[in-house]
Amino acid sequence: MSDKVLLDYGSGGRASQRLISDLFLKYLGNDELDRLNDAAVLNLSGRIAMSTDSFTVDPIFFPGGDIGSLAVHGTVNDVAMMGAVPRYITCGYIIEEGLPMADLERIVQSMGEAARHAGVKVVTGDTKVVPKGACDKIFINTTGIGEIIADPTPSGDAARVGDAVLVSGTMGDHGLTVLGTREGLDFEAKVQSDSAALNHLLVKLVRELPEVHVLRDPTRGGLATTLNEITKSSNVCCELTETSIPVRPEVKGGCSILGLDPLYLANEGKFICILPGEYADKALEIMRADPLGQDACRIGTMTDANPGKVVLVTQLGGKRLLGMLEGEQLPRIC
Amino acid sequence: MSFELLEKFRDPALCRKILDKMESELDRELRFMEVCGTHTVAIFQSGLRSLLPEKIVHLSGPGCPVCVTHESEVNAFLDLAGHENVILATFGDLMRVPGDKGRNLKKAVADGARVKVVYSPFDTLKLAKENPGDLVVFIGVGFETTAPTIAATMKMAREQGIDNLRILCFHKTVPTALDALLSDEAINIDGFILPGHVSAIIGVEPYEFIAENYAKSAVVTGFEPLDILQSLNQMIEWRNKGEAHVANNYTRIVGEHGNPKALEIMYEVFEPCDALWRGLGLIPGSGLEIRPEWESFDAKKQFGIEIKESPALPGCKCGDILKGVKQPDQCPLFGKACTPANPVGPCMVSTEGSCAAYYKYKLD
Ligand code: SF4
Ligand code: SF4
Repeated sequence: MSDKVLLDYGSGGRASQRLISDLFLKYLGNDELDRLNDAAVLNLSGRIAMSTDSFTVDPIFFPGGDIGSLAVHGTVNDVAMMGAVPRYITCGYIIEEGLPMADLERIVQSMGEAARHAGVKVVTGDTKVVPKGACDKIFINTTGIGEIIADPTPSGDAARVGDAVLVSGTMGDHGLTVLGTREGLDFEAKVQSDSAALNHLLVKLVRELPEVHVLRDPTRGGLATTLNEITKSSNVCCELTETSIPVRPEVKGGCSILGLDPLYLANEGKFICILPGEYADKALEIMRADPLGQDACRIGTMTDANPGKVVLVTQLGGKRLLGMLEGEQLPRIC
Repeated sequence: MSFELLEKFRDPALCRKILDKMESELDRELRFMEVCGTHTVAIFQSGLRSLLPEKIVHLSGPGCPVCVTHESEVNAFLDLAGHENVILATFGDLMRVPGDKGRNLKKAVADGARVKVVYSPFDTLKLAKENPGDLVVFIGVGFETTAPTIAATMKMAREQGIDNLRILCFHKTVPTALDALLSDEAINIDGFILPGHVSAIIGVEPYEFIAENYAKSAVVTGFEPLDILQSLNQMIEWRNKGEAHVANNYTRIVGEHGNPKALEIMYEVFEPCDALWRGLGLIPGSGLEIRPEWESFDAKKQFGIEIKESPALPGCKCGDILKGVKQPDQCPLFGKACTPANPVGPCMVSTEGSCAAYYKYKLD
């Protein structure tokens, strides 16, 4: 293969076949994918959860991950948030002509590792190469599918007054890392993306607890935006205690330099869990026993005070709204 | 500053003590204006707003550089977007500021304009070097806080022989605007929370006229809850004694004489000029323009840009809000026709704008 991705590799001819067998099958191969049929044949039963997402992150490599593993984690997590065991994923690659072959290899390899880790099989895929400038280096779409094991199925509109609001760890790590790397900013202490597959921890959680009302990963828009969505669709009020929301000091520092709020930054390895107050301690115990949930804590409670709104009780004991993010967060003048 | 140290300025027990003291000492309503948008946000964000005694009316002043950028200045940079061979460089805040006919920089980008959001004016040097065939025009909006860095950038560009960088200079100076506000009889302000960042550059002395000429108090203030409470408390005490003073309560950052080096570089490149402020109109001597020796950087001259009075946006009460005459939720458009998603006036656009702060943080 040449050292750069050429348009030929997307032609459907020999070059494409070489790319598929020498690269994709090498790292993603399994009994189903290896057959190279037009469609995959899956073994699933019961209620099924399915989710799709496209990944266009810039930069494609960042401390703590890359677009390949991120594309697996993102979709696996979305499926798992329905109280499901993710089983299969698909991947569609759109590659810009000229992408170094070594970069592509690194991405596919990392995707393979992430899938193995998460216990999902990549069962079908697609590759397109587009002319230089038609996309930014590489875009990946993944679709995931899994069997729902939670009963009731967690859902964004199922939060109830009296529920406890938990998070599995610190907020804002991924968002700040990607932004910092993109802009070439050096933060005092290194921050790292938290990109990770949460399915094993989530499966444990829904198996051991009788009832979980909402599971959500606070990706784009962060904790604040996700909680706003939940309170709106559940028509309850979420009261958060500012001092109990975990944020790494280095993330706080980086945010204050850039004029950003960590509660609006994306996370790729964290989840929000909302469940009846009496199960909160048990849930925290399960989460903290897993490395991905060791910083888990309870950050608030659902009340009937201001339905549809998220209220933050500040360190001083004052109250204020924590609204939805409008557009992207932009750095300020001063 | 380390976070451990900052935490001291957020101590809830100490804050409570000052709040109680203020409550007991207030015998009538007092109106305080925080000049700087960052203070407006800090007061909301920390929850202070919901804890302050009811007798304290807090007003947001003309201290957000985005808010006071005049309509015709906004239209001027929007006109430049999309110019052939022009790359506009700007801080992020300006991307959504509305101009006439529903224009803004975000839409200009969608239409093909080349606009680059930078984190520091110094980033424009690299941008200019990388695009030798283009003119990089930096939108110079801001107060004494930003002007020195831009001056330094211009000096570096000259030293490095970069000749394709231009500055669209709309800088404004804070004390002159406060003077204009105080001389307006319709405006009723008992004291000012003075901006921390601006004062770090200019020091305290340029504000002395507030006590001397107008017998009002003003305190240079940091952005933590205790900073703000202490300043308010100090002003209440002075008023009860019938005194007026200008003081520095942010000594950990602001020196009495500011930052002489920054001032020197700023005045080496810029000189005072008259400026149009949104809502406040023309304020003599309140702007900065590029000195003739640095004319080759001047985008206004190069593109023949004229800044002139223009009719205000229909319905928008930004002017009254910047003067502390009205509160954001007294504007008939607030939260209805005007929201952060669809801002009518700049006070709703800028994250430091008072309308945006009300919308974003106010509980009821
Ligand atoms: S420019 Fe600086 S001093 Fe002025 S409002 Fe913004 S943060 Fe405050
Ligand atoms: S609510 Fe909108 S229209 Fe009214 S003053 Fe504020 S920015 Fe202007």
